Amino acid sequence: MKLKYASIAALLAAALASPVAIAQKKYDPGANDKVIKIGNINPYSGPASAYGTIGKTIAAYWKMVNDHGGVNGRKIEFISYDDGYSPPKTVEMARRLVEQDQVLLIFQSLGTPPNSAIHKYMNVKKVPHLFVATGATKWNDAKGFPWTMGWQPNYQTEGRIYAEHILKNNPKAKIGVLYQNDDYGKDYLKGFKDGLADKVGLVVKEVSYEVTDPTVDSQIVQLQASGADTFFNITTPKFAAQAIRKAYDTGWKPIHYVNNVSAQIGSVLKPAGFEKSIGLISTQYLKDPDDEQFKDDSTMKEWRAFMAKYYPEGNLHDASNVYGYAVAQTMHQVLKQAGDNLTRANIMKQAASLKDFRPDVMLPGIRINTSATDFAPIESEQLIRFDGERWQRFGPIIGK
Amino acid sequence: MSRRQVLLIAIVLLAACALPFVVSSYRTFQLTMALVYSIALLGLNMLTGYNGQISLGHGAFYAIGAYAAAILMEHFGWPYWATIPVAAAVCLVAGFLFGLPALRLEGLYLALATFALAVSLPALLKYHHLEPWTGGVQGIVILKPDPPFGLPIDADQWLYYFTLAVAVLMFVLAWNLLRGRMGRAMVAIRDQHIAAEAMGIHTAMVKSMTFGISAMYTGVAGALGAIAIQFVAPDSFNIFVSIMFLVGIVIGGLASISGAVYGALFIQFVPNIADAISKAAPWAIFGIFLLGFVYLMPTGVAGAVRMAVARLTRKAHNQPKS
Amino acid sequence: MEALLHQVLAGLATGGIYASLALALVMIYQATHLVNFAQGEMAMFATYFAWSLINAGMPYWPAFLLTVVFAFVLGVVIERVIIRPVENAPVLAVVVVFIALLVILNSVTGWIFSYTIKTFPSPFPAEPIFGNYITSHGGGAIGVTLVVLLLLYLFFRFTPLGLALRAAAQNPDSARLVGIRVGWMLALGWGLAAAIGGVAGMMVAPIVFLDPNMMGGVLLYAFAAALVGGIDNPAGAVFGGFLVGVLENVLGAFVIGNELKLAVALVLIIGVLVVKPSGFFGKVLVTRV
Repeated sequence: MKLKYASIAALLAAALASPVAIAQKKYDPGANDKVIKIGNINPYSGPASAYGTIGKTIAAYWKMVNDHGGVNGRKIEFISYDDGYSPPKTVEMARRLVEQDQVLLIFQSLGTPPNSAIHKYMNVKKVPHLFVATGATKWNDAKGFPWTMGWQPNYQTEGRIYAEHILKNNPKAKIGVLYQNDDYGKDYLKGFKDGLADKVGLVVKEVSYEVTDPTVDSQIVQLQASGADTFFNITTPKFAAQAIRKAYDTGWKPIHYVNNVSAQIGSVLKPAGFEKSIGLISTQYLKDPDDEQFKDDSTMKEWRAFMAKYYPEGNLHDASNVYGYAVAQTMHQVLKQAGDNLTRANIMKQAASLKDFRPDVMLPGIRINTSATDFAPIESEQLIRFDGERWQRFGPIIGK
Repeated sequence: MSRRQVLLIAIVLLAACALPFVVSSYRTFQLTMALVYSIALLGLNMLTGYNGQISLGHGAFYAIGAYAAAILMEHFGWPYWATIPVAAAVCLVAGFLFGLPALRLEGLYLALATFALAVSLPALLKYHHLEPWTGGVQGIVILKPDPPFGLPIDADQWLYYFTLAVAVLMFVLAWNLLRGRMGRAMVAIRDQHIAAEAMGIHTAMVKSMTFGISAMYTGVAGALGAIAIQFVAPDSFNIFVSIMFLVGIVIGGLASISGAVYGALFIQFVPNIADAISKAAPWAIFGIFLLGFVYLMPTGVAGAVRMAVARLTRKAHNQPKS
Repeated sequence: MEALLHQVLAGLATGGIYASLALALVMIYQATHLVNFAQGEMAMFATYFAWSLINAGMPYWPAFLLTVVFAFVLGVVIERVIIRPVENAPVLAVVVVFIALLVILNSVTGWIFSYTIKTFPSPFPAEPIFGNYITSHGGGAIGVTLVVLLLLYLFFRFTPLGLALRAAAQNPDSARLVGIRVGWMLALGWGLAAAIGGVAGMMVAPIVFLDPNMMGGVLLYAFAAALVGGIDNPAGAVFGGFLVGVLENVLGAFVIGNELKLAVALVLIIGVLVVKPSGFFGKVLVTRV
C-alpha cells in the first residue's frame, strides 16, 4: 500500500516538477506535427560540382527515412539549393531557405568560402548551421558562433598527423608539398607545418596549383627537381590521381602522403593506377566503398542496397556517397534525440549531446562525440597504407 | 525627354520606393542585388554597347570595387558610404590605365585581353604577398550597415534605399554623359572610327576615358554588392561573373540605358526560375532561356520594347479620326 | 639544366592539349569569322559519347572514328538549328548564343553522366618514351595534333571544297555569285571544327581525366594560343599552343611561381598582341577606308 501511494506521489511530483518532460510539443519555424523542413546548399554546378552527389545522396537518405515512417512520426522535407560554390549565391540561398522557405535548420552546406559567407548570418538569425561540409578549424567555436558546427575531422589536425608520422619515422626527410591554392589546401599546409614545429625546415619545396589548371604535371616535375624524397599531396581527387600517376611515371617515387579527401580507391587510385599507388599513406574515418576488405561487410552491403533503391544513378565507387550517408545518419540521430521539442535551440542542444555515436559506415573505433564546449563531432582518424589492393589500417586511432 | 517619358520614370521610381514595404526582406535583398547589377551593366553597356569595345572582363572591376570597399571597412574602419567614392576613383583609374594599352587591340584581341584580366584577378587576390590586405582565400567579412538616424526601417530596407539612391545618381550621370558630346563621340567611334578620327575626335582619349568611366560604374556596383552580401572572397569573382555581365547587356539591350535594368533583372532572377523548373539541369534551362530571348529579341528587351512602343504609337497615329 | 628540359617537355605535352583545341577554334574562325566559346564543351560532349561507346564494349579505334563522325554531325546540326536563326543578328547576340550553348552542353552532360571523374583510355602504350620525361600518350597526342594540322592544310590548300569554304567565309556575297552554297559551307565548317574538337577531347581526356568541366581551364589557353599564333592560321594555332604550354610551365617553375603564372603568361601574350596585333603568323589585314 505504502509503496503504491509512494509511487503515485512520486509520479505526481515528477509531473509537476518537469512539465516539459511530458509529450509537450514545441516548434520553431520549419517544424510541426507532420513535417520537419531541413535546408541544404550544395554546389550542383560550377567548379565543385563533383561534390553535388553528396546533396543527392542525402536527399535519397531522407526519402528512405520517410518511407520508413519519418522521424518520430514526422516526414522530412529536404530543400536543397545550388550555389555553384559562389559565396554571393550561398548568401542568397541561405536567406531564401531561412526567410522564404522557413526551414528549421540548414545542414551540410559545402565549402569554406560559401560557409564563411553565411557564418555570421546564421548566428545572428539563430538558425542551426550544422555539420558543414568543410574541415576548416573555425567551425568549432561554441562560444563565438554557438549555432555553427562542423562534422568531419578538421584539416589542420590531419596535417599534423602526417607531420608527426614523418618526424617519428623519417626525421631526416626532405619534404615537398603540393597544395591546392585555396582555403582547403592552405589549411592542410598550415596544420602540417605547425605539426613539424621547429623542424619546418624539412620542407624543401612547396608548390601550389589552381582548380582551373588542366594538369599538375609541371608541379610534380618541380617537386622532383627539388630533391625531395617525401611528398605531401594536398589535392582534390582529379588532381590527386594526376599527381600520383606523374610522380610514378617520372621515376620520382617518393614516400607519398595523400590527404584523406583524395584517398579514395574508386575515384583516385584506380584512375591513377593501382601499381602506381602502392605505399601511399593517408588517414581515414569512413569505409572506402571499393576496398576489398569491406566487400562482405554488412554495413556496406546495407549502403549498397540503399543506393540501389533510392539513388540508382549514384556512383557506387564514389566515397562522397558514403560520406553523405554518414552525415545524414548523424543528422537523423540529432532529430531522433530532439523528440517532440523541435525548437532550434533544442536542435543545437541535441547536436551538442552526441555521445559515442557511430554512423555504421565509419571505420571501427571512430566515434562521434560532442558537448557544449566541443563542436567538433569527429576528431579521430586512422592511419592507412595502400598495399596495391586495399587500404591497410595501421597504428592506433589518433585523436579522441 | 518627352513629358510622357518623365512621367513614366517617375512612376517607376515611386514603385521602386514602395517595394521594400510590400515584399519580404529576402526579396528586398534580391532587388538590392538587381540594382547593383544594373549599375554594373550600365557601365559595361557604355563601353561595349555605345563605344563598341568588347569586354569579357568587367568582373575584374567589380571585384576591385568590392575589395576596395571591404579593405577600407575592415582594415581602416571607414564607414560604408565613404567607400563608394573611393571604389569609384580606384576603378576609374584602373579602367583608364587598362584602356590605354587596349587601344591597340580590336574586337577579338580586346576580348582576349579583358578575358585574361578577369581570369587573372582571382589569382592576384589570392597571392600570398597580398594576403594581409585581401584576406587571401578566406576573404573578408563585412558588417551590415544599420539605418542611420534611427529610422524605423530594417537594415535590408535601408541598404535597398541607399543602393537605389546611388543607382539613380549613376543613371542620371550616364544619361547626361551619353546625351552630350562625349556620348556622341563614343557612338561615332563605334560606328565609323576612321571617319570619327578624321572629324577631329580624339579617339584615343575618348576610348580610354570610356574604359575608365565604364570601370568606375562597375566598381561602384562591386562596392555596393560587397556591402549587400557582407563578404568578399576570390571565389566570388570568377570568370562567370564577367560572362553574366555580358549576357546581361545583350539580353537587356545594347546601347540602351533601360537595357541595364532589364538585363539586371534577367541575370538576378532567371537563374532562380530555371532552378525551379528543373533541379536536374537548371543551367540548361537557363541556356534555353538565353536562346529564346536572343531569337525573339535580337536587339534585347529594350530594343523589343522600343519597337513595340513605336508600333503602338504608329497605330494610334494611323487610326482614322472618325 | 635537366629541370629546364623536363619542364619544357612537360610544357610541350600540355601545349599539345592547347594546340588541338586551338586548331578547332581557328577552324571555326576560318569558316565563320567568329570565335566559338562553346568549342570546348562540344569537344567534351563528343568525348563522353566516345566514353559511352568504349564503356559499352566497343574497341578504341572504331569508337574513335564513330565519335569523329558524331562530332561532325553534331557541329552541322548545331549550325543549322541553333546558329542559323541569329545569322544576321549583332555579333554580341551570337556570342550570347555561344554562351547559351556552352551552359546547355555542360549542364546536360553533368545530368546524364554525373560529375564524378571518369578514366578515358589512351590508344598509345603505357611505357614512357624519352626516359621519364614524357609519356607515350603525351607524345602521341602531339603527333595526332600535327597529323590533323597536316590534313587541314592539305584540305584548305589543295581541295576545291577547302577553297569554297575559305571563299564563303571571306566574301559570302561573291562566293554566292560563283555558285557556292554558302549556308552549307558554314555548316561544313562547323562540322569540321567540331570533329577536330572531338579528336582534341579524346587526346586530352586520358591526361586530365574526363569530367564535364574538363575543357573549362583549357579554353582560355586555347583562345590565347589561337590568337598569338594568328587567328586565321592553323599552323600558328599549333605553334601558339606549344608556346603557351612551355611558357606557362617555365614561368611557373623558374620565374614567378605557380600562383601568378597564368596572369604573367597572359600579360606576355597580350604584350605580343599589342606589338603584333595579328599574332606571330597571322595575316595583316589592310582595310580600305
